[in-house]
Amino acid sequence: MLGSLALSLTIHLTLLLLFAPLLQGVITKTKALFAGRIGAPLLQPYYDLIRLMRKGFVFSRTTTWVFQAGPVVGLAVPLLASLLIPFGALTAPISFEGDLILFVYLFGLARFFTATAALDTGSSFEGMGAVREVTFSCLAEPTVLFTLLVLARLCGGLSLNALFGSHLLDAWHSEAGASLGLILVCLFVVLLVENSRIPFDDPNTHLELTMIHEVMVLDHSGPAFGMILYGASLKMMVMGAMVVRLAMPWQTGWWLSDALLFLAGLIAMAVFIGVIESIMARLRLPRVPQMLIGTSLVSIFALVLVLR
Amino acid sequence: MIELINPLLLAVILINFFTLGSARLGACIRMVALQGGLLALLPLAAHGLSGHALFLGASALILKGIFIPFLLLRAIREVRIRREVEPIIGFVPTLILGALTTAGAFIFADFLPLIAEHREGFYVPTALATMFTGFLLLITRRKAITQILGYLLLENGIFIFGVLLSAAMPLMVEAGVLLDLLVGVFVMGIVLNHINREFSTLNTERLSALKE
Repeated sequence: MLGSLALSLTIHLTLLLLFAPLLQGVITKTKALFAGRIGAPLLQPYYDLIRLMRKGFVFSRTTTWVFQAGPVVGLAVPLLASLLIPFGALTAPISFEGDLILFVYLFGLARFFTATAALDTGSSFEGMGAVREVTFSCLAEPTVLFTLLVLARLCGGLSLNALFGSHLLDAWHSEAGASLGLILVCLFVVLLVENSRIPFDDPNTHLELTMIHEVMVLDHSGPAFGMILYGASLKMMVMGAMVVRLAMPWQTGWWLSDALLFLAGLIAMAVFIGVIESIMARLRLPRVPQMLIGTSLVSIFALVLVLR
Repeated sequence: MIELINPLLLAVILINFFTLGSARLGACIRMVALQGGLLALLPLAAHGLSGHALFLGASALILKGIFIPFLLLRAIREVRIRREVEPIIGFVPTLILGALTTAGAFIFADFLPLIAEHREGFYVPTALATMFTGFLLLITRRKAITQILGYLLLENGIFIFGVLLSAAMPLMVEAGVLLDLLVGVFVMGIVLNHINREFSTLNTERLSALKE
């Protein structure tokens, strides 16, 4: 029992810690290829992290411990959340009834600390970013909860392991396939919002008036900024795990091939995100809440479909 | 073919949501055209390849999917409007209302005394939801073009009901309905032209102001 727990913990954390930054590399590469450039090497995010980790800390004298807590919580939370979510067919190491609520609100905790760290600098500019981030994510939260409710209704359990269990394959072929399709789209939109990808936020922009997430972390530097970047890529992989599991509910029975299938799914998702970023323009800021309310409504509709 | 029906009807509902949430007239017209095209597949998916179903599908495709959208797209090109102005009830509240009525339609359809084979599918709720969406567009929007789109959605909802009954309904009735629709859009096009010439805008609230 303890041995299998240790094994699944090791597999989970190894997969997460090693492969998370690769997704960002794949996205950048896809965008570069789309634009006809060669682009940065696939491993560039790793080099960036190493470079940042070798620098020294610089802290503004107006900041307090809250400012330093932001990056730490931002890194710790995705690690914790990853232990609750199954990676493809590999079941989550830690699982209990109702862990889906913990999963959703762990990210809420990270957001709270990032936002307070931004406010702690006293810069009105960062405060603006914090306001936007909090507004958008409080609109994204109902979507996540409703999609999880749909899944809970389908399987009858309340733990993420049961929600993303092996019944998904049958569910796709049954009447509920339609609502699964709807919530897959909703979850993907939430993934884009939460990870500040293009139709909602541009991770590369440095134009003051349009930044959302980027503006909150302007004052962090060196290893702290590295932790933020690493935490962001971990978060992307953890949220991507939900989308991938929903889209590819197959399992092979052997942990290595399951892990490879999961990674292939993640890379396909990253390529898809890159394609979306290449072909779509950013939404105007007032359109983002409208879009998010739209996805909440679609997920509620999906819930109505499985309830009838 | 039967398993195609529910995804088709689901796409119809998603297009309803889109038309309620979007301010771009061009995109709205194209989505309603797509809805018409999807509905053209519906008789074929429901009743198989019979002459009756083929006629229904083809006439729906030509009228709803191609001809009327073409007329509307030409109209917005000529009067040079691209966006709906902020409606009487905003975009987000109408979207929420639309979702509520759609959910309501699904619940309501369960209570209707339908025969068993109509009870299972999405036909009746989708038809009701599409009609409600059409009503909402007709009531809340200010541009005459979006109101025509509302009228088209209303007709699409009736068409979905019609597919349920098409075994019992003679061809003449359906042809008559489609002809009515075409004439209706023509008349609205003429009205549109007059509104535009009189006020040099398509906002219909000017119509309710009295002249001294």
